[in-house]
Amino acid sequence: MSYLTEGYTLRSWLTTHDHKRIAVLYMVAITAFFFLGGAAAALMRLELATPAGDVVSAETYNKLFTVHGVVMVWFFLIPSIPSVLGNFLVPLMIGARDMAFPRLNLASWYIYALGGLFTVAALVAGGVDTGWTFYTPYSTTFSDTNVILVIVGVFVTGFSSILTGLNIVVTVHKLRAPGLTWFRLPLFVWANYATSLILLLATPVLAMTLALVALERLFHVGIFDPALGGDPLLFQHLFWFYSHPAVYIMVLPAMGVASEIIPCFARRPVFGYRFMAYAILGIASIGFLVWGHHMFVSGQSMYAGMVFSMLSFLVAIPSAIKVFNWTATLYKGSIVFGAPMLYALGFVGLFTIGGLTGLFLASLALDVHLTDTYFVIAHFHYIMVGGSVMAYLGGIHFWWPKISGRMYPETLGRIAALTIFFGFNLTFFPQYLLGWLGMPRRYHEYPPEFQLLNLFSSAGAAVLAIGYLLPLAYLAWSLFFGKRASSNPWGASGLEWQTPSPPPQHNFEREPRVERGPYDYQPVR
Amino acid sequence: MTTSQFGSALERREASLFGMWAFLATELMFFGPLFFGYVHARLAQHDAFVSGSHHMHIALGTLNTAILMTSSLTMALAVRAAQRSGPTRIWLALTALFGLAFLGIKASEWVMEFGEAARAAGGEARFYFLYYAMTGLHAVHLTIGVGVVAWLWLYAKRFSAEYHAPVEVSGLYWHFIDVVWVFLYPMFYLLERYNA
Repeated sequence: MSYLTEGYTLRSWLTTHDHKRIAVLYMVAITAFFFLGGAAAALMRLELATPAGDVVSAETYNKLFTVHGVVMVWFFLIPSIPSVLGNFLVPLMIGARDMAFPRLNLASWYIYALGGLFTVAALVAGGVDTGWTFYTPYSTTFSDTNVILVIVGVFVTGFSSILTGLNIVVTVHKLRAPGLTWFRLPLFVWANYATSLILLLATPVLAMTLALVALERLFHVGIFDPALGGDPLLFQHLFWFYSHPAVYIMVLPAMGVASEIIPCFARRPVFGYRFMAYAILGIASIGFLVWGHHMFVSGQSMYAGMVFSMLSFLVAIPSAIKVFNWTATLYKGSIVFGAPMLYALGFVGLFTIGGLTGLFLASLALDVHLTDTYFVIAHFHYIMVGGSVMAYLGGIHFWWPKISGRMYPETLGRIAALTIFFGFNLTFFPQYLLGWLGMPRRYHEYPPEFQLLNLFSSAGAAVLAIGYLLPLAYLAWSLFFGKRASSNPWGASGLEWQTPSPPPQHNFEREPRVERGPYDYQPVR
Repeated sequence: MTTSQFGSALERREASLFGMWAFLATELMFFGPLFFGYVHARLAQHDAFVSGSHHMHIALGTLNTAILMTSSLTMALAVRAAQRSGPTRIWLALTALFGLAFLGIKASEWVMEFGEAARAAGGEARFYFLYYAMTGLHAVHLTIGVGVVAWLWLYAKRFSAEYHAPVEVSGLYWHFIDVVWVFLYPMFYLLERYNA
């Protein structure tokens, strides 16, 4: 009996307390939102294929990029790895029977779904045009779209993130198997643990800030609107206090995924395990102190700008440690280019480019030129799409045998990984150049001299769309026709591979005992 | 084999307590933007905040502070009683009643201040906005707290020296609500009262 055969009714899924089933519920929900957000992006790239604003009106275009941002950030990226793979794997990786609070876990999913419902309702009611950042006073005073409905959606969904984070933190602290000390934890667990701390400490700040935006909009009392005596900088400080750490909510779990796949497919223990763990904690903590680099041109004090710039450079150190250590793990390894490995290597390369261009933007003088251009768009898409989405897909492929009990078709998997890598770079690399040349973000038309690069970008988006649809198709196919997976098809060393695929309801027949660290790999000679 | 995710009752209790501490950390950050907004607005418009503060009903606010502090004492006694299989119910009932008394007094204050608040403009309007938002959020938390304590009261027979984690966990939450009020009281009632 596996967790999948415990019950076949919809009811058995919607009332489950099993962390593995809840993870699957999340996977279904965030996949739907991913393609919704993707559809908005596709329309935007269609509009930007030609300089004239002829496909959609300026107002519709504003609504499209807002929907794309809101849906992708809060309904896909933030819950992607923690709520799907983290939910599924953290208890398995630490030898626990379930999360610490299984009912709370299910409640988190319903809260997420409720938040999603509000957001979809706002879309149906005509959308919202503030951008995902809800900058005041536009959002509180001037926009005549469904701001409050979307804010309620994001507010509600925030509590789903908070509760998932709380669950993971308590689970990692209290439910580790005998012998599983902190420094024997897989880096994926470390990454999800650090992410959960950020979810716990940053998300409530966003929730309250958005609540204040809604209150100001309703009662016209000036907290953020300067015309009413408020201060828009206050909003930006509060918003980015959450939204910068949110980037680490997206990328830390991705680093965790890469740290599992790379040692397995290189048959080498991860290089510098402790440094990797400390780097995760370092990124999570410094990540709380850099929000001001989003505000270099907002009128905050120059000295604050200097401090935030310096602290932002500091994040590069633990990030570089991670990149170097993944690379060093490959050295003299017996590398197999399976689909998960292609995604993981893609992640490392794209994350490096995204991270290095982040340093451009952390430089005060350079940022004045680059702020609000396509350079920024390209930078954060390299982190969030090139980084997080690549790693999420890599993780889905790597653990697909464990989740579904079936193997995905390997050749198609590799083709999709390469298609996504190629499509991604074709879409977003031209945007670095466009930004450097001065093309501003968030416009639906542009001067004709920018057309060639925009055309590359739009063509890349089409390739990317194919790349994303491929796994959707063949993973669904493999559920019914894929080869049955053994308990450990990759010869991987984690605890999750020591139980059948798919695992039984309470994960392990016998509680595992842990006698050694993770990544017990030997190169093949 | 047991189907619970916990190995023992002790492990379960520790996880519950730890979970509540983590939740309180979230709660603290949830109140954060309001406190930050308060500091920001008060630094910008000190005089308006002082004058707004002088319109507060300080006697009622002080009485409410005393009531809430006492409720923390009775909550602590309820936890102690539960740990020793003592008269948990009495202390829980008193705690809930003190909570309700606080909410009643607070509600009457809100009604009395509403006319003033609706007329206020500029910095004073901001003062009243923050006052209603912050004490309102506090009251929402306290209402939930009263509900939780009432629920504990209903099931008080379950608690014994062996099993009392729900009372302890709720106690942590209750004390947190009190600590928030300890900050709200001087912020809204006591501004420059010495030369008033």
